[in-house]
Amino acid sequence: MSGPNTDYDPVEVTPLKAEEVEAMREAAFAAIAAASDLEELKQVRTEHTGDRSPLALANREIRALPPQARKEAGQRVGQARGAVSKALAARQVVLEAEHEERMLVEEAVDVTLPTARTPRGARHPLTTGAELIADIFVAMGWEVAEGPLVEAEWLNFDALNLGPDHPARTMQDTFWTEPPENHLVLRTHTSPVQARTMLTRRPPIYVVCPGRVFRTDEYDATHSPMFHQVEGLVVDEGITMAHLKGSLDHFATAMFGEGITTRFRPSYFPFTEPSAEVDLVCFVCRGREPDVATCRTCRGEGWIEWGGCGVVNPRVLVACGVDPERYTGFAFGMGIDRTLMFRHGIGDLRGFFEGDVRFTTAFGTEI
Amino acid sequence: MKTPVSWIRDYVDLPAGLGTEELAAKLTMLGLKLEGIERAADGITGPLVVGRVLTKQPEPQKNGKTINWCTVDVGDANGTGEPQGIVCGADNFEPGDLVVVVLPGGVLPGDFAISARKTYGHVSAGMICSSRELGIGEDHDGIIVLPADAGEPGASAFGVLGLDEEVIEFEINPDRAYGLSLRGVARDAALGFAAAYHDPADRSVPAANDAGYPVIVDDPDGCPLFVARQVTGFDPAAPTPEWMARRIRLAGMRPISLAVDVTNYVMLELGRPIHGYDADKLTGPLRIRRARTGERLTTLDGTERELSPEDLVVTDDSGIIGLGGVMGGETTEMSETTTSVLVEAAHWDAVSMFRTGRRHKITSEAGKRNERGVDPEITEAAADRVVELLTTYGGGQAGPGVTVVGRPPEQPTITLAADLAARVTGMEIPPDRAVAALRAVGCEVTVDGDRLTAVPPAWRPDLTDPFDLVEEVARVEGYDNVPSVLPPAPPGRGLTRSQALRRRIGRTLAGAGYVEVVSFPFVGVPDLDALGLPEDDERRRVLRLANPLSAEEPAMTTTLLPGLLKAVGRNAGRGHGDVALFETATVTLPREAAGPAPIFGVDRRPDEGELADLDKALPEQPLHLALVVAGEREPAGWWGPGRAAGWSDAIGAVRDVAQALGLELIVRSGNRAPWHPGRCAELLVGGVVVGHAGELHPKVCRAFGVPARTAAAEVHLDRLLEHAVDVVPGPVFSSFPLAKEDVALVVDDGVPAADVEAALREGAGELLESIRLFDVYTGEQVAPGRKSLAFALRFRAPDRTLTDEETAAAREAAVALAAERTGAVQRS
Repeated sequence: MSGPNTDYDPVEVTPLKAEEVEAMREAAFAAIAAASDLEELKQVRTEHTGDRSPLALANREIRALPPQARKEAGQRVGQARGAVSKALAARQVVLEAEHEERMLVEEAVDVTLPTARTPRGARHPLTTGAELIADIFVAMGWEVAEGPLVEAEWLNFDALNLGPDHPARTMQDTFWTEPPENHLVLRTHTSPVQARTMLTRRPPIYVVCPGRVFRTDEYDATHSPMFHQVEGLVVDEGITMAHLKGSLDHFATAMFGEGITTRFRPSYFPFTEPSAEVDLVCFVCRGREPDVATCRTCRGEGWIEWGGCGVVNPRVLVACGVDPERYTGFAFGMGIDRTLMFRHGIGDLRGFFEGDVRFTTAFGTEI
Repeated sequence: MKTPVSWIRDYVDLPAGLGTEELAAKLTMLGLKLEGIERAADGITGPLVVGRVLTKQPEPQKNGKTINWCTVDVGDANGTGEPQGIVCGADNFEPGDLVVVVLPGGVLPGDFAISARKTYGHVSAGMICSSRELGIGEDHDGIIVLPADAGEPGASAFGVLGLDEEVIEFEINPDRAYGLSLRGVARDAALGFAAAYHDPADRSVPAANDAGYPVIVDDPDGCPLFVARQVTGFDPAAPTPEWMARRIRLAGMRPISLAVDVTNYVMLELGRPIHGYDADKLTGPLRIRRARTGERLTTLDGTERELSPEDLVVTDDSGIIGLGGVMGGETTEMSETTTSVLVEAAHWDAVSMFRTGRRHKITSEAGKRNERGVDPEITEAAADRVVELLTTYGGGQAGPGVTVVGRPPEQPTITLAADLAARVTGMEIPPDRAVAALRAVGCEVTVDGDRLTAVPPAWRPDLTDPFDLVEEVARVEGYDNVPSVLPPAPPGRGLTRSQALRRRIGRTLAGAGYVEVVSFPFVGVPDLDALGLPEDDERRRVLRLANPLSAEEPAMTTTLLPGLLKAVGRNAGRGHGDVALFETATVTLPREAAGPAPIFGVDRRPDEGELADLDKALPEQPLHLALVVAGEREPAGWWGPGRAAGWSDAIGAVRDVAQALGLELIVRSGNRAPWHPGRCAELLVGGVVVGHAGELHPKVCRAFGVPARTAAAEVHLDRLLEHAVDVVPGPVFSSFPLAKEDVALVVDDGVPAADVEAALREGAGELLESIRLFDVYTGEQVAPGRKSLAFALRFRAPDRTLTDEETAAAREAAVALAAERTGAVQRS
């Protein structure tokens, strides 16, 4: 639009005429308004504010004017350029917002696509179950004791008042190691850990002993040559069966919920006297009519057989170096596998030992 | 122990309306554990009646069988009063006999519905029943022929057969041997319901005399009391009365013959096993002694046994005729021709009985009772009861002789504090109630201030210690009354360091995608072969089991890998070939020249030296951690291709564990089975080898049937835990600007990247903040047999901004040391 200045009169430079400047401004405004995206606006910016834009060229003409005319022309062009810049900026904001709006729509993804790239891991329910149990007792101030799986016969039997001719020794079919004269067994219960604890620590003793144990049972849905037990042992002054009941009631409630307690039935274990079997209120039907009649967890009994317990036989205290005149103790034991089977409705014991990832991952990392 | 309720009621006046469940529940709470309640009639419904056979017509059939076409009088039970026509396959009856008939409409056990049906050319309207068909016995050789006085035709047969009887089965604990008799069960029932008790052993017996059969006891410790009585003129064909046969059946035993049934009946009634000899086969006096080495006996189960000098035997002039208290011999066994019976009721040493039973693997009803302990004071009464029943039902005469050798052992005297039961049980039991409870279970109690002296009854050989009496008081008071009180535990110290760290390791590996498994610790030589272990590998030194369950896995494992690899194989077989598994468990490593574990006494604590000897006899049982990763570690998906599991995953997992423990894990090239020789890392902590990781040898993958390129690691976890950082020191770091430098170094292929990195790290000095290998290149741009390693180095000073010159100098020093140590040449 600008060309060589052919007009000789410097006062009357055509591009600086008010109507000319106004036209340039209007043209720029029209172009800005017409720009439909950021790309077009960029083009408009170049065309209307660039070095070769009419307003820029007009601005350059100002110097050609006589000094008295420069001020007015300068004001006129400057205002026009300012207004165009402002309009550009405003349009920029609008178009940017529109652009982002469009991008957000275009970038939409199918969020239902799978996300997990590494398969999930899990800890074994027997591990986390044993930890859950241990934590219940640790919270009461007890400690967790452990011991070897291959154990001395004396600790597995004799020290626990299971002499060589005790009928109870045949109740527990024992794995012996070669040669049998070496008197080593795979521990048949975690009780040797209790014996070891009494042999190495002074009362007061408050421990739980979770761990693997072995019996020569054929492997089926409810028997396994290896299973898991948790036993508890307390030796202190003035300990009674009532403390045993209190501890087991607390254990039952913590593990199975409010209102789930235990009952004792007379029983026999060589290492305890008096001895009892512990039953747990069925945590599914709670022994209440009419649910109890059809309850599959307790088979209509209202109670679930949980384990054995009793007052530590003074003969065991003597063999383990605890003064039976000063101290009494109690002990209890139950199967962890079995406890988890009825807590979680697991029908087949073998699920624990097959290593099928579907079984274990179902329990996650805590139980 | 199966106890018919009606038999219990013979000896105790139980409340008339008392239900069987209630009775069983009460006895359970007294220590006789309910195993189950059986009703003989389970599975049988209506019309089951007494019938009299009127006619019996044998009809041979084409199939070779002969059936009997019978007419049977069933009274009005069939609604017509006419004789019922029934086809019967059995032949052990005659017209006139009373039999058991199930009429059409009845149902027998096994949902066997009876209807009138056409068979062998007749319409058979019902069935004449055998014991087995009614589910009350195994006898199927013939139908049941009832005693002549059993009932009128048409009468219900339920009562006649005892099918209306309820039987409680108890699980009898070893300490409650008295529960192996109706006498004992009834006594506890009387205790439970405060009911009058009539002791069946309470009978007057003839005094001992010299006219009895001669008996010499050489070993009064093994046989403190021996009673012998004789019955002559006994009719061996005399049948067992139906009531006795029924009770024997209900108790779970089999009626055999009157003489045998009577001895079994008295054993069930009183708990005292009885042995009957055919007196005509005896020669000379009976003598009870221990066997001599090399002596043999064929017991009446037909087994010839070599005897031990510990076995108690009964002999006569012919030699050994029985294993005392356990099983009789063949030569003097009662038979269908026996007319003269010598009845033996003897009290035997329980420990000898247990050992003999176990040594010869004999389990018998008699042995079960003798080894748990029988009331010695009823020995004469039991013999007398047998004589009474034999003469009543088998004719014959009681011989005048009564042989009694020895006397019942004395009962122990137990003293205890009067408040012991209260102190041990936590129940409020005043001394007078404790005394009453002890008397209620049969103890004689004298009170002397705050001490009690109790003599347990003869039927309770298990009561020897004060705490045994506490249990008796507790069960009489009721276990339900034990209060629930938490014990006052002192403050604990929580988990041990090792226990807490093991949880952390499990969570770390689960977080990294590993699934924990629990395997049996058993292993077989083929498993160790499959791992490719060299002949002299220490992991082949296994502790063998004397009595393994499976001949394929007869030993304790020395490595966790076989169990894990089998689990991978199982998963792969079930369609899950992409798995990562781990296990934490002890392994068993036998010690060289370990001696036997000592057997100490139990009257005192072993001393420290003795306990140390015991621990030395055990194998080492270190805790191991093993993991296996197979198939795809990351699956292919919309994001792109997947990634196969490999050696670096196994090493990486151990690195994760080490990091969780705050440990620096040194990884260097190793070579150990079962790993791929070129892809095996030796793992060190604190300068000690703690394990190995890498890709498995291809042969191992094939042998275990796991995916190719399965990777694994096994570490000695105890060693890792020993080095775990206890308290992490707080970090100090600089906030001055970072300077980054990358270097690419060319080295021979065989140079481990870790060596190059270590040289760079050392050469760079203190200003180096971190170093990371970000590329490994082999190809056209480096010479054959060489590789280019690209490292990103980050420098920072704790107190200033580094100048370009300082950074460059540190970088050059790093490269220079790498060049010197590893022959690295900087790539231009």
